[in-house]
Amino acid sequence: MKSQPEKVQCATPERPRRAPANSAVTAGSYGLVLIVTLLKPFSNLFLAWGMRQFSEVLALNPAAYLRAMLDPLVALGIVMQILWLLTRMSLLSVADLSFVLPVTSAGYVLSTLLGRVFLHEQVSAERWLGAILISLGAALVASTPEKTTEGTATGK
Amino acid sequence: MKWLLLSVIVVSTVISDLLQSRGMKIAGGTSTSAPGLGRVLSLIAARRDLALAIVLLAVSFFAFLALVQTEPLSFAVPASAGSFVLETVLAKTLLRERVAMRRAMGALLVAAGILLVAR
Repeated sequence: MKSQPEKVQCATPERPRRAPANSAVTAGSYGLVLIVTLLKPFSNLFLAWGMRQFSEVLALNPAAYLRAMLDPLVALGIVMQILWLLTRMSLLSVADLSFVLPVTSAGYVLSTLLGRVFLHEQVSAERWLGAILISLGAALVASTPEKTTEGTATGK
Repeated sequence: MKWLLLSVIVVSTVISDLLQSRGMKIAGGTSTSAPGLGRVLSLIAARRDLALAIVLLAVSFFAFLALVQTEPLSFAVPASAGSFVLETVLAKTLLRERVAMRRAMGALLVAAGILLVAR
């Protein structure tokens, strides 16, 4: 349950896999793509929001982390992360990973936007440019063809 | 501190990805069907590398919680994309994979983006 898009949960070694034979991306798939793309940044927003209100400083004390997870906003963020994971798995059953990952990499820019709007963060022009470059770069990396080794299908 | 937490997030995510990839490939060799949720859970219970991958994902998650407590979301989320860069470097150096130009360019863009986000 990496909060990074993926990476956090994002750069999975299982690179673009073959879609089912009849894999035309339907209107329903686009709806799922939208949900997957929005769920992750919003879950990160609620995690960040909740953690800012959590007075205890997190260190190496596991009990503090457990208490943080009981905060309503953090708990909502965790639930949304789980929903994101399940929705993403559902989407991957009907669409190519090479289609899904580049589209959902827009989440880096979306998270920046949510931080600016809801958490009132100061976002400099450099930071905006950085987030855009990261989204573009993640989309490029994610759309790399699956087989990257010679002779075998072992991949990574 | 933020760089330490970010490093924990990136490194634990990458190692988790590698362990998941290796574990699922070894386990997948014994079956031709895609694993359902039940089989995935039993695989995690049976294979130490998959269990370790889950633990590392949890480490990454908790480090992210600690990071967003003190750092802006507009830094924490984009910067965590450093896992793309580390995976690409490891793929080339450690796993000796042929890294496609597109992937290399993507990793470079991500690295440049992180430098900008961190300023």
